[in-house]
Amino acid sequence: MIHVQTYGELPFNRREIFRYAGCSSPGEAETAVLEECLAELSGKLTGRVCWREFVMTEPDLPFCPTGSADLAKYLRDCTKLVVFGATVGLETDRLIARYSRISPVKALFCQAIGAERIESLCDAFCGDLAEMYASCRTKPRYSPGYGDLPLEVQREFFTILDCPRKIGLTLNTSMLMSPSKSVTAIVGIQ
Amino acid sequence: MNILEFTKENLLVLDGGMGTLLQAAGLAPGESPERWNLTHPDVVTGIHRDYFRAGSHVVNTNTFGANLLHFDADELDEIVKAAVQNARAARDTAGTDHPMWVALDIGPTGRLLKPYGDFDFEDAVETFAHTVRLGVQYGVDLVMIETMNDSYETKAALLAVKENCDLPVIVSNAYGEDGKLMTGASPAAMVAMLEGMGADFIGVNCSLGPKAMLPIVEEYLRYASVPVLAKPNAGLPKMVDGRTVFDVASGDFGDVIAEMVQKGLRIAGGCCGTTPEYIAALVQKTKDLPLLPVEPKNTTMVSSYTHAVVFGDAPVLIGERINPTGKKRFKQALRDGDIGYILNEGIRQEEKGAHILDVNVGLPEIDEPAMLETVTCELQAILDLPLQIDTSDPIAMERALRRVNGKALINSVNGKEESMDTIFPLLQKYGGVAVALTLDENGIPETAEGRVAIAEKILARAAEYGIDKKNIIFDTLAMAISADNGAAMATLGSLREIRHRLGCHTSLGVSNISFGLPDRDGVNSTFFALALENGLSAAIMNPDSVAMMKTWYAYRALHGMDDHCSDYVNFASTVAPAAVPVPAAPTAPAPTAEETKSALQKAIVKGLGTQAAEATKELLGSMEPLSIVQTEIIPALDLVGKGFEEKTVYLPQLLMSAEAARFAFEEIKTFMLAGKGETTAKYAVVIATVHGDIHDIGKNIVKLLLENYGFAVTDLGKDVPAEAIADTVVKLHAPLVGLSALMTTTVPAMEETIRLLRQKAPWCKVVVGGAVLTQEYADRIGADKYAKDAMETVRYAESLLEK
Repeated sequence: MIHVQTYGELPFNRREIFRYAGCSSPGEAETAVLEECLAELSGKLTGRVCWREFVMTEPDLPFCPTGSADLAKYLRDCTKLVVFGATVGLETDRLIARYSRISPVKALFCQAIGAERIESLCDAFCGDLAEMYASCRTKPRYSPGYGDLPLEVQREFFTILDCPRKIGLTLNTSMLMSPSKSVTAIVGIQ
Repeated sequence: MNILEFTKENLLVLDGGMGTLLQAAGLAPGESPERWNLTHPDVVTGIHRDYFRAGSHVVNTNTFGANLLHFDADELDEIVKAAVQNARAARDTAGTDHPMWVALDIGPTGRLLKPYGDFDFEDAVETFAHTVRLGVQYGVDLVMIETMNDSYETKAALLAVKENCDLPVIVSNAYGEDGKLMTGASPAAMVAMLEGMGADFIGVNCSLGPKAMLPIVEEYLRYASVPVLAKPNAGLPKMVDGRTVFDVASGDFGDVIAEMVQKGLRIAGGCCGTTPEYIAALVQKTKDLPLLPVEPKNTTMVSSYTHAVVFGDAPVLIGERINPTGKKRFKQALRDGDIGYILNEGIRQEEKGAHILDVNVGLPEIDEPAMLETVTCELQAILDLPLQIDTSDPIAMERALRRVNGKALINSVNGKEESMDTIFPLLQKYGGVAVALTLDENGIPETAEGRVAIAEKILARAAEYGIDKKNIIFDTLAMAISADNGAAMATLGSLREIRHRLGCHTSLGVSNISFGLPDRDGVNSTFFALALENGLSAAIMNPDSVAMMKTWYAYRALHGMDDHCSDYVNFASTVAPAAVPVPAAPTAPAPTAEETKSALQKAIVKGLGTQAAEATKELLGSMEPLSIVQTEIIPALDLVGKGFEEKTVYLPQLLMSAEAARFAFEEIKTFMLAGKGETTAKYAVVIATVHGDIHDIGKNIVKLLLENYGFAVTDLGKDVPAEAIADTVVKLHAPLVGLSALMTTTVPAMEETIRLLRQKAPWCKVVVGGAVLTQEYADRIGADKYAKDAMETVRYAESLLEK
């Protein structure tokens, strides 16, 4: 079955946000802009994850064999895998679009916040997975497009996870996701 | 029997889950449920029959994902045909004696519409329309649009139904735990839009169990004048012994539905996890309950993709600044296609407290329908206020109304036959609230009675189109008191009569009253207060006017609408008395600030927009505009740019400086437009993110910097086809084009664009950039220049100038 999990506001990692914004030692001015953006986004973001567990017999995706050598290597010694889709929703995209028009520096920071948000969400979810599968080892997540795993498997991910309905995540014809601050990935379970 | 008539007297029972039952019958994960109409007609028919026997009056065809995105035209035809046949066969063999109907089921496409996705609104309409036509052809009795979690896609589907058949239509949306659609709409916003467009029944399905759905259903019941439906899930799914089970039992399910019926629900069924057993329980638990009548609500409301604005609570402020009348700078922006300037006007008004934005882009020399559609789409992409579409061109009006993501105000209709015959059909089709001016073929009556008579005529005519009076608000026309000293009294008299006797809401363009007088703010705000006290529901006004805003806040406080006067107090603290010290500038680490000389340069280097604008204003008193650019702005930008190249300045700082410079440029532009001066650009540059790619932040940074350095940048946006880029380059005879791509998958699109450019515009240089690009890639796809960042692009553009 497809599980759905929602996450409230996870703590912000400002260092990471500055890193994504290309600013390793921020001054007061940049910090002030970041805080304004955070205040605007705060409370508006809901992290949503949908996921599904599969039992494996071969080191490949059971619902759509890919023949990917890199994936086979990643899944070596795994008995199960979890496929998930995660998104922080459309609100970051909206603010990015808005600020692209009026304040590129805020647009940049909203981009950076969005990137940090989705990574935090994935980290939180993978942390929860590790607890759920406490007796096993859960591997670091692995996404379509890594190594020789083609981006096109996104289509199958979206079908088996029912992402548009479950978490409002959609796929366009170029295999890009909307909302843009979203991730699909596999977690191998040893 | 007619389903609409039946529902007036009875609880209409819908069906329950289909997917869950198909899975139990062997449908594999990832397998298409719609194909089972062809491969397992007996299973599908059996499920439908079980629902009819359990008490359903309506079953939905097994066509949730049956559309052209998932199937080719031939297969789709077969699927819909078989699906309708299966449902009809179930009805014919059910052997029950209650009325039964077959609804064409329409689910979401799974694609997100533009601007946040890549699916065009009209493509969505056509996709749904295709399925609707098939359903009608094969004989469904009604259409049910369901599980929609985006307001815009819901609108596309409903338009498709309305444009292709006359069957009754049910529209049901899927809400999250936060009580909103995935893309943000509240129940009230959906009620406003869907009722306006003529949905027969509206409501909620999927996502939630019955208890969690209850508050959303109550919201629907509060606002809706049509019957409301609920089709909840059987609670939440759980894994038990390797099987999926739902956590609400059929009896408990029926109990909550009964509770909803007691609150006014008129249509009920189940969604994921529910079975014929649940429908039977629902019927059992509700069969003896008296039904509440569906009361028409006299609630005037408009909506955006997030929320509804209700007339009659606090007075509604309609921002009037998106309008070229009397504004040189705005007209120039329209001629230049400078959408950014227009959007800024919208955002500023939102920040000042406007609830709705009037949108008027009429200028004789531009293509108004196209511009109005564009501005409507762009505005609702970046802000969430409902819009008031303001045009005298019916074609422009229709194009904008079609694209509005919500229910708009329509500005305007009047008592002339021609006006009513033009506007009312649009209102009937797209929904909306019309601002009706109390004038007709004989002009504006001088007396209040004359204006009220026109209002009554307009209401009678609207009723012939099936338009309720809640969807008309009257503007009794404020005229200049300097020309006629009885003008204000006639306006207020008719206002009072219309509000209190006719029971309609009202709106005024307040500032006309003071035309020809000095210190207009004083007259306007006093008139505003008088009008509010006489029943004014909304004002078209300038949110920048402190006097008007003061009146609004004070009125709310005086009428007990502002607890502890806290809004008033907050507002008062923002409009400090005249001599406010400029807030201390954040001390940005500007490593090179000391080397700069003037205040303007310091402001730019430190990235302080307001200060940069002030300093520019001051310099304009004594310096030529162009020499300010040459000797002040550009050197300051160069300083920061150089710091960026030497890695002593970070990207955010570079952008802050560029933004500050833009404030300075804006001052210069306004100054030059006021005089005779022409702004001359260095040369035209076309930039775009190539086809298939939707990342544009890098491109936007390049645009900003190029503009700072005086280039006339035409930004084609993202996901731009090669032909569109080449055509624009040819049209402008642009010497330079900048292409951006973020993903390896879109580099081929870049290559194709370059190939086409070489063919059509051999003179044009091509600079490329973006995360995946390298010098090697750029060479391989035949670009003239690879620029690693925005500054390098500027340097390259300048170097072409020297040649």
